[in-house]
Amino acid sequence: MISTKRRVFLKGTLAAGTVGVAVGAGLLAPSKLLASWPSEAFEAEGLEAAMEAVTGSSDIEDGDVTLSAPEIAENGAVVPVSIESSLDDVTEIALFTENNALPLNAHYVLGDGAHANISGRIRMGESSNVIAAVKSGDTWYKAVQEVKVTVGGCGG
Amino acid sequence: MSIRVRAQESNGVVNIRALMSHDMLVPDDDGGPHFIETVEIARNGDTVLTAHWNYTVSRNPFVQTEIDGSAGDTVSVSWTDTEGESDSTEVEVG
Repeated sequence: MISTKRRVFLKGTLAAGTVGVAVGAGLLAPSKLLASWPSEAFEAEGLEAAMEAVTGSSDIEDGDVTLSAPEIAENGAVVPVSIESSLDDVTEIALFTENNALPLNAHYVLGDGAHANISGRIRMGESSNVIAAVKSGDTWYKAVQEVKVTVGGCGG
Repeated sequence: MSIRVRAQESNGVVNIRALMSHDMLVPDDDGGPHFIETVEIARNGDTVLTAHWNYTVSRNPFVQTEIDGSAGDTVSVSWTDTEGESDSTEVEVG
């Protein structure tokens, strides 16, 4: 049924019970959930503001988070990034690129049965630290890796 | 538009790979910004993973993840973009 994880996530903006049931029953198309796209976090400028908008703090401890990305990316338009953690009760994962104008790349909400193991491809305008943050219980942990970009990828 | 999804089970874990065709236009592009902002992955109708993305996710987005599940389960992947366009597909776990 509806996980407590999902309730916690929805609590801020939506009536958790009703929406959770509707989503679980497949009654809502994703478009109905757009309200949950965290615009404040995605539009935050600078790493500290973006991290604070997502996690409530810009000062997150290093922890059991594995971040895999190339040390040198020849093409900033397609930089493969993987995030993995063996922490218990992971409910959210966020990915930031420090030197992008808008640092928050992606924010994932994990439901029942999801593993803390997500890979994707991001754009990087220039060389930068990439930060993966994982929420386990009530605490966020992070891992940081520098990626050197030969040709930037945010120009379209 | 299209979504290509592969879902393969091994020892109770389903590995999901999804490739979505979308230009993911950044603000400097003609017609931009125009990008996928929400992706939902569900197993047998229950949402397992919700992704919120910025336009800094690469063009034709790819995502790989793992969830609990069994062969024969149904995995669906659906996205919605900033212009209200959407796409969805489902596959049976192999």
